[in-house]
Amino acid sequence: MKLDSKIPAGPVADKWSNHKAKMRLVNPANRRKYHVIVVGSGLAGSAAAASFAEMGYEVSCFCYQDSPRRAHSIAAQGGINAAKNYQNDGDSIRRLFLDTIKGGDYRAREANVYRLAQVSTSIIDQCVAQGVPFAREYGGLLANRSFGGAQVSRTFYARGQTGQQLLLGAYSALSRQIGAGTVKMYTRHEMLDLVLVGGQAKGIVTRDLVTGEIQAWASDVVVLCTGGYGNVFYLSTNAQGCNVTATYRAHRRGAGFANPCYTQIHPTCIPVHGEDQSKLTLMSESLRNDGRVWVPKDKADCTKPASEIPEDRRDYFLERKYPSYGNLAPRDIASRAAKEVCDEGRGVGQVVDGKRLGVYLDFSAAIKRLGEPAIRERYGNLFDMYENITGENAYHQPMRIFPAVHYTMGGLWVDYNLQSNIPGLFVGGEANFSDHGANRLGASALMQGLADGYFVLPYTVTDYLAGVGLTGRPSVEAPEFKAAVKEVQDRTQWFLNNKGNRSARSYHKALGKIVWEKCGMARDKAGLEGAIRDLQALRADFWKNILVVGSGDQLAPELERAGRVADFLDFGIMMCLDALHRDESCGGHFRTEYQDGGEAQRNDDKYAHVAVWAWQGDGQLPVRHTEPLVYEDVQFTTRSYK
Amino acid sequence: MSACSCCRPASIGKKIVMALSGLVLAGFVLGHMSGNLLMFKGPEAINAYAAWLHANPGMLWGARVVLILSTVAHIWTGVLLTLENRAARAGGPAVEATRRATLSSRTMPYSGVVILAFLVFHLLHYTFRTVALGGQEFGDKVYEMVVAGFSQPAVAGFYIISMILLCLHLSHGISSVFQTLGLRNERWRGRLDAVATAYGWLIALGFISIPLAVLLGCIK
Amino acid sequence: MVKEHDNLDSHGEQTLSLRLRVWRQSRGAAGHFEDHALAAVPTSASFLEMMDMLNEQLIKEGKDTFAFDHDCREGICGMCSMTINGMPHGPLPGVTTCQLHMRNFRDGEMITVEPWRAKAFPVIKDLAVNRSAFDKVIQAGGFITVRTGSATEANNTLIPKSVADEAMDAAECIGCGACVASCKNGSAMLFVGAKINHLNILPQGQPERERRTLAMVKTMDDAGFGNCTNYGECQAHCPKSITLDVIAKLNRDYLRARVKEFFSSTGKPRKGGD
Repeated sequence: MKLDSKIPAGPVADKWSNHKAKMRLVNPANRRKYHVIVVGSGLAGSAAAASFAEMGYEVSCFCYQDSPRRAHSIAAQGGINAAKNYQNDGDSIRRLFLDTIKGGDYRAREANVYRLAQVSTSIIDQCVAQGVPFAREYGGLLANRSFGGAQVSRTFYARGQTGQQLLLGAYSALSRQIGAGTVKMYTRHEMLDLVLVGGQAKGIVTRDLVTGEIQAWASDVVVLCTGGYGNVFYLSTNAQGCNVTATYRAHRRGAGFANPCYTQIHPTCIPVHGEDQSKLTLMSESLRNDGRVWVPKDKADCTKPASEIPEDRRDYFLERKYPSYGNLAPRDIASRAAKEVCDEGRGVGQVVDGKRLGVYLDFSAAIKRLGEPAIRERYGNLFDMYENITGENAYHQPMRIFPAVHYTMGGLWVDYNLQSNIPGLFVGGEANFSDHGANRLGASALMQGLADGYFVLPYTVTDYLAGVGLTGRPSVEAPEFKAAVKEVQDRTQWFLNNKGNRSARSYHKALGKIVWEKCGMARDKAGLEGAIRDLQALRADFWKNILVVGSGDQLAPELERAGRVADFLDFGIMMCLDALHRDESCGGHFRTEYQDGGEAQRNDDKYAHVAVWAWQGDGQLPVRHTEPLVYEDVQFTTRSYK
Repeated sequence: MSACSCCRPASIGKKIVMALSGLVLAGFVLGHMSGNLLMFKGPEAINAYAAWLHANPGMLWGARVVLILSTVAHIWTGVLLTLENRAARAGGPAVEATRRATLSSRTMPYSGVVILAFLVFHLLHYTFRTVALGGQEFGDKVYEMVVAGFSQPAVAGFYIISMILLCLHLSHGISSVFQTLGLRNERWRGRLDAVATAYGWLIALGFISIPLAVLLGCIK
Repeated sequence: MVKEHDNLDSHGEQTLSLRLRVWRQSRGAAGHFEDHALAAVPTSASFLEMMDMLNEQLIKEGKDTFAFDHDCREGICGMCSMTINGMPHGPLPGVTTCQLHMRNFRDGEMITVEPWRAKAFPVIKDLAVNRSAFDKVIQAGGFITVRTGSATEANNTLIPKSVADEAMDAAECIGCGACVASCKNGSAMLFVGAKINHLNILPQGQPERERRTLAMVKTMDDAGFGNCTNYGECQAHCPKSITLDVIAKLNRDYLRARVKEFFSSTGKPRKGGD
């Protein structure tokens, strides 16, 4: 596998502008002759599709939801970072760049991150012009708040639903183009294969989820903005439909998959309540500003109501372990500490699967100090949401929280141009691996999605199209398309015909349990090896006993689920393999063998590289390749929060 | 795009017609009621008022034209809205639940139809005089005509029921006028609804007081 | 609220036995209700998790599952859409179906589950409907025309906090369609009002204000939605508690746009799009 990162030469601050100045262009009159396929309609996908259409390309955009507005970008709560320095607190492009590199534990590509920080300011301009109702000060200027991992206030927000507002902005731009006829939007269409002609990405195969029609689409370039793979864990904060299928199908066609073991666990989620739970709900990290995290010192107290446990029998473990940061320790560290105390048997709440997985987040001290109205004003909506889901009133008893998977830093490998190792296949947003390294900072996901969609892909895709010329688009009658359609049809029919006895959801749950136990917050060699064996056995069982009800000619949720779980099973093996072969701890990847008193121990000499996996065939283990990470501008340092 | 979209009036347009014509009619019933209350001042007052109206045919016919146009517009948009809304609902859910919609809002087409029927009867009785209640020719003697009509309990009963429905119709109608013309917000919603309901009752009680007085023998 | 009863599951949690009447409809065919019994439903489960349990039970019996729309399951994507006992999103005001939990139901209760019912939202299968009419309304004018890269510096335009907050109140709409489903007229005025208000209030939205209003209302009418007659059911069922204010302001903006159009020298405004 050839992995050329194509990072432009020159000082890191000038790379993007120099590169843009050198990129090739396409004559406006010729642009409509190129067909661009965009898969996914979240922040990156909608922004890219709208921008391509504005430039004059013929665009087709696909999403599995019933409307592009429902993509999971919509669920982001906190905010979006930008180096505007509106607060006059010393922010700059360089500082955002450094914070992001450090937050990513020195496993991100320097040049990409610098570009992200550079375009961050344009994103805010663009969104405000679209009518995104960001929070404002009384004087009419944009308001900011601070967020984890930074010492400046650079986060722009729109109440607790920044994601929805940004997505509605991108969706409105996309809708304008759909109305104008320059984008053809295909909702309730799932991409089930990538088609390569002559080694270049030239189209996709989709299934119309409403009619069941399997269809090929030819194009000059394919852009995947299909999100992350957090649902491999079954329980996560991701939407139910989020899946790895589009990127994994591209991987099977030759695209390298980078750093699949980098997953982020968010510490403040509502704990699992039962076997039939389908979803974990995240609550804003800001709760840790006023809540104190504790569990009983003694296991025997775990069954008692919190109010019956006296102060001296409580273990405020974050304050104990990290006296200087206390309850505000970073996400990965707070998450691991919670897991440890629960593994010791000191967790609280319901027993699920033999364990109590929850820790208290207690506001009684803050309520005593500030009064209930002050707490209600700060967190009222979160307390309401908590009560709605758990039936418990957090003003009177402590909340219970537990970490949950909510973002994946890994993704398809891309070069500086966001092009994968397959020419003509571009990847944006959470679907690529490029900007967050081993850990993502809060409020950076929205920034990256929009940066890719509005300000990177339009340039780099144009450069690619100028290179392939006008004669490159094949017909869907080409044998490569026919073969791909046939493969998808066969697979679909196989699922519908298989006389199994077990539902896709039950396989998904089993998969999730294995990867969460062995490849979740803490990993070790023996566990990962065991997980790979278990997953291979589960995979073999799946292909024998899967039962898919429903018919192929209309909405068939079980068929969709089976296809996605099949890909998740293969992907889960690759994720464990990646975790197994990264013999260090960094960011979201914590190997218990590599720690220094509970802190992640990086191995920069051996692992300052991107691990890129190449598919080898059905049932075969993928092969690991590497792209060295060359730091020209920043120095490695150790993160410490003691 | 539906086939007749070009000739179909816009939804909000219809509602504005509904609101404005309704406003005219609501104003009319206030005037009409005020005139009727002259019954309590005795036969001379009301008969003189009727005579004065007939002595000014320009004004009378001007008002009549406005009223006829408003009534036609109100009925036409009402029928259109009702038919379109039934179609848009596609049958509705098998279980029908209501959280907030008032009785008056849900009965607008029905109260409207009864009021229309009443209007027809009322015009035949007093304006065209093809329905002779009391069996005599009254000429200009409106007072006697009213007393004769309301002395029949069935006529008075129909009248009272119609006026109660008018009250219902007005309480939602007036409140809707504010909403349709965009003159309402959450802060004023409750107060404006109270104004609308009060107006409805004012009109209804004003009208009802006359047949009641006749039946109770206060007006003879 | 849950009654006192003895049904406890292995976690010591109360469970419910339910009788479910669920709408079954194939694409292009007439629909009907199917009755099912479902036992051991934990009160902590969400309504959609209860539906998952029902579907898993159907799979065990080798029967087709009920298709229903759902995605984020945290009340923001607007995908879930069930009429539960006649109420869009169920009996708890201010939440979506995915945020409705079973502790709001009684043991032994009969629950009727139907799709959104409106002509403009045809049923695709079972409980899933086609809401693309909403997208068409947005495509007609629910945007501010600004090409990527053409925006000016964000703080150049000052927007008073009160104006930004008002726009945000409207922008909270998640486009689920409960307003249409709850309206006895099948009207989409709350949705369209919210969308138009969000943009028409902001200074950035002024240049296209009239054109946007007329184009979106026309598209709404053409899609087969009913007319608003001020029932107020939409506000009572809106999971984001959008108020009727947005409809009042839409009416005002529409009137204003028609008057301006009538007196303008250039005649009819152009349709949405470019």
